[in-house]
Amino acid sequence: MSELFNLEIINPEKSFFTKDDVNEVVVPAYEGEMGILKDHISIISFLKPGIMKVFTSNSEEKFYIEDGILEFKDNSLSILTSSVIKYDQLDRDYIQKSIQEAEENLSKDDINDQQRFLISQKIDTLKSVIVN
Amino acid sequence: MATLDDLKKRIASVKSTQKITKAMKMVAAAKLRRAQENAEKGRPYSEKMNNIILNLSNGISDKENAPKLLSGTGEEKVHLCVVLTSDRGLCGGFNTNIIKKAKLYFQKIIDDGKTLKIITVGSKGYDQLKRTYKENIVEKISFKDSKNINYLDAEKVGKMIIENFEKKEFDVCTIFYNKFKNVITQIPQEQQIIPLKSSEAKNDLPDDNYEFEPDEDEILSNLLPKNISTQIFKAMLENSASEQGSRMSAMDNATRNAGEMVDKLTIEYNRSRQAAITKELIEIISGAESL
Repeated sequence: MSELFNLEIINPEKSFFTKDDVNEVVVPAYEGEMGILKDHISIISFLKPGIMKVFTSNSEEKFYIEDGILEFKDNSLSILTSSVIKYDQLDRDYIQKSIQEAEENLSKDDINDQQRFLISQKIDTLKSVIVN
Repeated sequence: MATLDDLKKRIASVKSTQKITKAMKMVAAAKLRRAQENAEKGRPYSEKMNNIILNLSNGISDKENAPKLLSGTGEEKVHLCVVLTSDRGLCGGFNTNIIKKAKLYFQKIIDDGKTLKIITVGSKGYDQLKRTYKENIVEKISFKDSKNINYLDAEKVGKMIIENFEKKEFDVCTIFYNKFKNVITQIPQEQQIIPLKSSEAKNDLPDDNYEFEPDEDEILSNLLPKNISTQIFKAMLENSASEQGSRMSAMDNATRNAGEMVDKLTIEYNRSRQAAITKELIEIISGAESL
């Protein structure tokens, strides 16, 4: 029996990435990392900045996503995100710039706890990318 | 009657105009293909977003405490209209059609005694509206400098709208843009984005039992602001495809008209040349006869 399901990552400009033989997807959901396998219950969840991993039978791909919404239904997983970059295409300059921007945003007074949480998540993720 | 020289000059001038319109048509055709592709590629995102929101709003049990972006402020006093137009002219009825549609709506609001606020995106819209509605325009935005339509621009507009909404500057928000149907048809659209109209197709949605993480309210309050930007982005994409399509057909018409004009002028030129020759001949002959 096959254990595969469909994955589609969509950003506003286009359908960024589609695959129909995915074994497992690990996403940075709002309340912690979440792994999705075939026949998962229908779910809608909110994503935080982080690294998303896609496992197929013989490969593994990683993406950095900045935010997003996840919908899983009838064995197809759609991820809507405003910004997604392939992990190996992240370059140092971009990361440094993003971290700087994020830190500036963090020091502003008019943000709420949730925003603060999301921004610090973003900084942590980006920093960990640099180290690796 | 125009002299031969005048006619010659006019023909030359029409011909060079024709060259320009022809070139513009070619450019618009090339740009149209790209814009159309972009508009089509952008559709899944906004459609999916809409579906998720519809699903979510169906799942909300407590309508009273639903986010304000979804249910509205409970009043309908101040209307904000976002009019999306192009930054460049020479594109047929493209801008005029949006403005016409928008003006009808404005008139209705004013007749009802409500307050009207306008944001114009694109300089052509501002130019056309400032005559009548100068004091209603609260903001004008133009993306003349950005070469391609990108999501960041749309997000800026979206954020501005949301900020104003949170400051309780308006109750209802409507956007106006041209929907791209095909090269010759663009349909001016009005779309209400705040509060969200979710009445459409509510019944034929499958009753899915989704699990939500975190809860519905939290997802919704995060998603709705994003949806505003997404809708604006969609409108901008549709608009740019429409603009190029409209320009292409306008320039096509102009090229054809110029061609007709050249033909007509050429005939007139040849006739008057012929007439001049005939006249000269008659003069010579009658001069010879009288001798």
